[in-house]
Amino acid sequence: MRPLVLAAASLLLPGSLLPAQQPAQPSVHVFRGATILPIVGAPIENGVLVVRGTTIVRVGPAGTAVPAGATVHDVAGKVIMPGLVDTHSHIGGGSGADRSSPMQGGVRVLDAIDVRSDGIQRAQAGGVTVANVMPGSGHLMSGQTAYIKLRDGRTLADLLVCRDVLTEVCGGMKMANGTNPRGQPPFPGTRAKSVALARDKYVKAREYQARVKAAAGDSTKLPTRDLEMEALGEVLAGKRVVHFHTHRHDDILSAIRLRDEFGFRLVLQHVSEAWKVADEIGKAGVPASIIVIDAPGGKEEAIDVSITNGAALEKAGVLTGFHTDDGVTDSRFFLRSAGLGVRAGMSRDKALYAMTMAGARMLDLDKRVGSLEAGKDADFLVLSGDPLSVYTHVEQTWVDGAKVFDRKDPKDRRFAVGGEGAATDQTLHVHEGMEDHE
Amino acid sequence: MSVAARDGVQGLTRVMAAAVIAGVVGGAAPGVAEAQVAVRGETVYTMAGAPITDGVVIVTDGRIAEVGPAASVRIPQGYRVLTAKVVTPGLVDAHSVVGLAGALATNNDQDQLERSNPIQPELRALDAYNAEDKLVGYLRSMGVTTLHTGHGPGALVSGQTMVVRTVGDHIGDALVDSATMVAFTLGQGVTSNFSPRSPGTRAKGVAMLREQLVKARDYARKQQGPEDKRPARDLGLETLARVLDGTLPALITAQRAPDILAALRLQQEFGFRLVLDGAADAQLVLPEIVAAKVPVIVHPTMVRPGGETANASLETAKALRDAGVLVALQSGFEGYVPKTRVVLWEAAVAAANGLTFDQALRTITIDAARVIGQDRRVGSLERGKDGDLALFDGDPFEYTTHVCAVVLGGRVVSEVCR
Repeated sequence: MRPLVLAAASLLLPGSLLPAQQPAQPSVHVFRGATILPIVGAPIENGVLVVRGTTIVRVGPAGTAVPAGATVHDVAGKVIMPGLVDTHSHIGGGSGADRSSPMQGGVRVLDAIDVRSDGIQRAQAGGVTVANVMPGSGHLMSGQTAYIKLRDGRTLADLLVCRDVLTEVCGGMKMANGTNPRGQPPFPGTRAKSVALARDKYVKAREYQARVKAAAGDSTKLPTRDLEMEALGEVLAGKRVVHFHTHRHDDILSAIRLRDEFGFRLVLQHVSEAWKVADEIGKAGVPASIIVIDAPGGKEEAIDVSITNGAALEKAGVLTGFHTDDGVTDSRFFLRSAGLGVRAGMSRDKALYAMTMAGARMLDLDKRVGSLEAGKDADFLVLSGDPLSVYTHVEQTWVDGAKVFDRKDPKDRRFAVGGEGAATDQTLHVHEGMEDHE
Repeated sequence: MSVAARDGVQGLTRVMAAAVIAGVVGGAAPGVAEAQVAVRGETVYTMAGAPITDGVVIVTDGRIAEVGPAASVRIPQGYRVLTAKVVTPGLVDAHSVVGLAGALATNNDQDQLERSNPIQPELRALDAYNAEDKLVGYLRSMGVTTLHTGHGPGALVSGQTMVVRTVGDHIGDALVDSATMVAFTLGQGVTSNFSPRSPGTRAKGVAMLREQLVKARDYARKQQGPEDKRPARDLGLETLARVLDGTLPALITAQRAPDILAALRLQQEFGFRLVLDGAADAQLVLPEIVAAKVPVIVHPTMVRPGGETANASLETAKALRDAGVLVALQSGFEGYVPKTRVVLWEAAVAAANGLTFDQALRTITIDAARVIGQDRRVGSLERGKDGDLALFDGDPFEYTTHVCAVVLGGRVVSEVCR
């Protein structure tokens, strides 16, 4: 829900008064009576969750000490779990690279995200609290991704996980192989060419990195600044994770081979044929974020996609997460990924871990989000029942201790259910390189 | 990959192979003995009366011979007995393009929409059906035994639809009804598909349809006249004439309110049998839909909201049902991923958003069968109907429940839990 109250307040108050306001005491919320699924640690029946300001301060059984003056929420019969982490989304409608070249690591999707897009509100309705917003897959490298928290906000700065886009790493790097990036030159026409182009780029990035290092801070010896090379320097230094769109079993291994050669940190994305090479992924120690699709196909390289991927990866010991690829799938139904994962053989624990902590780890945010533990960000969901059940609704979504979705609020409910005026925009997945999706 | 691994994914390789060896794939050819099957379920949803606790369905020679509580129904000697927690009729997908729109989504396997002309009622679905497409087997493994499939949305008249069973090596094995409806579409989708040709606007599209229907009426009248004055045979007009005489319902896909109203207006003017399809804006024109007494095949519950379906709602089915409209659900058309939806999951989400369990199950069984004119054969478990059943290990709608067996025409066509 958008903070319309803020806008109203600023009409009533002289603007100059706003900064002078006393910082409010952090509000304290206590949620009592729910089954709490902390994800790290066993479920707590009739649990207590205490939130102060933006942070979780206590998670425990009935009788856990509750601070005086707290707002108490009786949520008996409900289920509380951490907010969902979507490791691959296109909410906010941003595109990255354009058609001028197949690799544009200097482009940032954060420069194109519309935080007022109602796709973000539908994601809040689906329980998503953190998303890795990616540029498209029509390029070998379509640009830098943005890690956002789904706070209600006016500008992107209100949503970004990082504080300063110039000095911090605020996302990952999107790469892709297989058929989406193929096209007329300068785009690659074959798989081998795709890999050669990517290798060539990383060789250059290494050289650039070496020259930066050799300059040892002497500005006269630094190479001419190159934004793409700087971002790839962060990739090579392990500060920026590569999120690699890949479907077919051989393409999955090609991505791992690139990782082996250049030593970057890799998260496999989609991984449609993971079940064919799960052991290889496991041996490589590479995390995989998968997507649940209702039926196989839609394009040739996804013809063998299977909801058994989660089970196969779990068996192979792979850190496994889920994503929506919104708008390929709809964030409102993200939670069904876990249910369908369990249907196809995942354990309940790993399926719920995949929706939360696994994603947090893939985005380097596991110290802040992904589980309900004291000291972590107060990102959590109040569910009407078991998270694996189709009959369960997300009743409330909280981010940083603020309620951003409440099914009881008619405006919010409309984002969950739909209806007249609910969708004014649509997040379209951009596959610029594809001709008729072939 | 191993056969077992492939089987785990797609499904039917092993079952189909076994069936081929046994020589039982295909339609109910006369004289070929069907397997004799008894299905016993802790709960049997017959869709004809209250659910039966500890029920038994006897399938003899491909048809249902008896349904009732285990205490009173004797399972004949020699019958294969399948058991399950929950038994339902085989699922009926009231509107699909599977078999015409293939799994690969390449130019070579998309036969649901011909763009050379916006009005082509003469295109028959049976001439483009690939019974072996991966998606047919996939839907079968998910409990779907009857598909209303054919030409898709996207043209003013894209062609005909048909009803198939989800078995067989070819159309001859699968076909149940060769011409079921004629597929019409109103709205923005049509104008963008045919740009820069006509129709370039909604109004032009309706005008073109009216013109063609007037022609068809005239054609039909002249065909009744003296032999020497009859016009040359025209396959398109002939088909539209069958819409006008009530033989074939018009399946009109219309999502936005103006398009729904235009469909109702056409129906009033020409008096054909109308089945409304999609109807994302149904709640905005509910009284008009109710007054027209037309059945509605609602958009897939989980359809992406945006563009034509901007007002789609998880509660569209409920709103229509509560207003007394005959409602079925559909898998619809998907251009990309997923290449088809699964009606079981669309009904599940409808059940979580206002429909009762029974109402939701009806949208993919008996009510779907009624809308496509197949309720005398399928859609419920009653004596004399086709032996089509889906077996589950729990509440069919739960994500964690599996479809553990599918019986189609008395043959067990899937028995791996999925």
